[in-house]
Amino acid sequence: MFEALREAMIEEMTLDPTVCMIGEDVGDYGGSYKVSKGLAEMFGDLRVLDTPIAENSFTGMGVGAAMKGLRPVVEGMNMGFLLLAYNQISNNCGMLHYTSGGQFKIPIVIRGPGGVGRQLGAEHSQRLESYFQSIPGLQMVACSTPYNAKGLLKAAIRSENPVVVFEHVLLYNLKEKIPDEEYICCLEEAEMVRPGSQVTILTYSRMRYHVMQAAKTLVNKGYDPEVIDIRSLKPFDLHTIGKSIKKTHRVLVVEECMRTGGIGASLRSAIIDNFWDDLDAPPTCLSSQDVPTPYAATLEDATVVQPAQIVAAVEQICQ
Amino acid sequence: MAAAALLRRLPAARSPAAALMGARPISDSTTPLTIETSMPFTSHIVDPPSRDVTTTPAELVTFFRDMSLMRRMEIAADSLYKAKLIRGFCHLYDGQEAVTVGMEAAITRKDSIITAYRDHCIYMSRGGDLVTAFAELMGRKIGCSRGKGGSMHFYKKDANFYGGHGIVGAQVPLGCGLAFAQKYRKEDSVSFALYGDGAANQGQLFEALNISALWKLPAILVCENNHYGMGTAEWRAAKSPSYYKRGDYVPGLKVDGMDVLAVKQACKFAKEHAIANGPIVLEMDTYRYHGHSMSDPGSTYRTRDEISGVRQERDPIERVRKLILAHDLATPAELKDMEKEIRKEVDTAIAQAKESPMPDASELFTNVYVKGFGVESFGADRKELRATLP
Repeated sequence: MFEALREAMIEEMTLDPTVCMIGEDVGDYGGSYKVSKGLAEMFGDLRVLDTPIAENSFTGMGVGAAMKGLRPVVEGMNMGFLLLAYNQISNNCGMLHYTSGGQFKIPIVIRGPGGVGRQLGAEHSQRLESYFQSIPGLQMVACSTPYNAKGLLKAAIRSENPVVVFEHVLLYNLKEKIPDEEYICCLEEAEMVRPGSQVTILTYSRMRYHVMQAAKTLVNKGYDPEVIDIRSLKPFDLHTIGKSIKKTHRVLVVEECMRTGGIGASLRSAIIDNFWDDLDAPPTCLSSQDVPTPYAATLEDATVVQPAQIVAAVEQICQ
Repeated sequence: MAAAALLRRLPAARSPAAALMGARPISDSTTPLTIETSMPFTSHIVDPPSRDVTTTPAELVTFFRDMSLMRRMEIAADSLYKAKLIRGFCHLYDGQEAVTVGMEAAITRKDSIITAYRDHCIYMSRGGDLVTAFAELMGRKIGCSRGKGGSMHFYKKDANFYGGHGIVGAQVPLGCGLAFAQKYRKEDSVSFALYGDGAANQGQLFEALNISALWKLPAILVCENNHYGMGTAEWRAAKSPSYYKRGDYVPGLKVDGMDVLAVKQACKFAKEHAIANGPIVLEMDTYRYHGHSMSDPGSTYRTRDEISGVRQERDPIERVRKLILAHDLATPAELKDMEKEIRKEVDTAIAQAKESPMPDASELFTNVYVKGFGVESFGADRKELRATLP
């Protein structure tokens, strides 16, 4: 996946001279996950900027540059570090278009890996989707395959709104054949992964793979799940989701976010508000436990949702 | 000379020719005039500029007019706040007018300015008008931010005025970002990021200064030191209140912020420096007569004697008035007339703003996102799925 993201960056930076990249070790080092490997040589120091470890200020500088017409892509080396820039992301990035009465646009992209990795410890295994989801004016997408990573990053760079692109630490080495021709993905669209008729499973990012693994087991047991990768975390693609729920009447949300105040919590509310009459069972949500991610491998596995739990949940819903 | 001066003090004794032509006796001459600043500049790792400032009679009269307009505007805002027409937070700039007027005289509209929440007068300096300012303060539709920003969110994009920010210190990285964009685009202009003595202790300032110095950005950090961060005096908040030295490896200049000519000289110097060498810190030694905001009486942490002392000794408008009178550029009566005109202007603008409507209910949802660019946001009733390449 990192190659796909890298291709997206190269294509957009070639197309538009105002696109630049700001982050720690994105230049000479090539990016801690190799997303910007070689870009500094291609585009020069002024377009691929190595910053000191100062998230608050370089995110703020990205917003200031965006106010003046550039299109920066700010990389958080790990999403968790962007908590230091929360004020800039929330108050300036999200709100300036509104508080200035529409005068300033902030076409910034904030991207970085988050999620639970392989024993990275509590502070490097954070999921910030839930913290950012309430910020008005921000759009959020989560990529999960090389194809949608490239498409979503390109769309995010071209969008006039500030977009946060959530990548996942464990998905960078995914390989997939993607088209040579140029394509972009729609930022607000969900992706149909496996059409089905019995139950709608909504997921995003790494949990998509756990869901697909569970889906194999479920199909063997005779179930027919419909799997949708929601991709757009803010706003939700209620059109695709609604169409699915009207077909299956049962919904399960599988997310890596924390249970409390997570994406699943908002998604369940949105489903209840809009599709209550179409539901035959309560909308269920499987999320990570409300704990700091422990270091020990067995404990870490127990923090996130595993395929076996997904299978059990579907069986429960479909009774 | 003495006789002529005497004559000028008698209002009736105008020169017959002038009286016949109805000509304005207030000087609008543009012949250069050199005036010394009130005190020399103190500098940190850079040679300070000269104390002799070149100005013109016309410029001095403009300074007087602009600062008096701002003073009147802020005092009028005080009354409007007490009449509950302005709500929420209202941070007034009276006392500090010389900083924005002097700065504006040294730069062009291509240079960018960003500040915190004490922004009404800077908006005016950058070409804003009274009606949109008062309308915004009262939350009306014709306000400069369509009523959606309020006192702390004044912006003027076409004049490169970037606001208007409520969170202390957050505007400084933004200002360095503006400077970055200027350098990226090879624009030959600079960005002034204004902040207060309270904000000078924010970490993000030092982060942004480090990055600006590393990348040699044309950023000028201006500390408007009015000696109090809300209720905390500077000596209680900063171990080193020499804010112009805080840049460490970045040069700095300390300026008498109540002397508009000193401010002009310093900003001119800073602009040349920033374009050639990268960031510089300016500390403007200034004072605010009002409290931190309208909710703060401003007298619990400082004495009334101190406030009136500054008003008597260092008021920026009085200083310019004395200069104008000393150089015979206008009579006291003419200046008084100007102030009366200004008062009327402000009152008219307020009346107009008071009559203007509140924003429509639909405005609640506009400008949250930029619409119509390639991909649209839809709700549950979206009929078509389409991605368009812009």
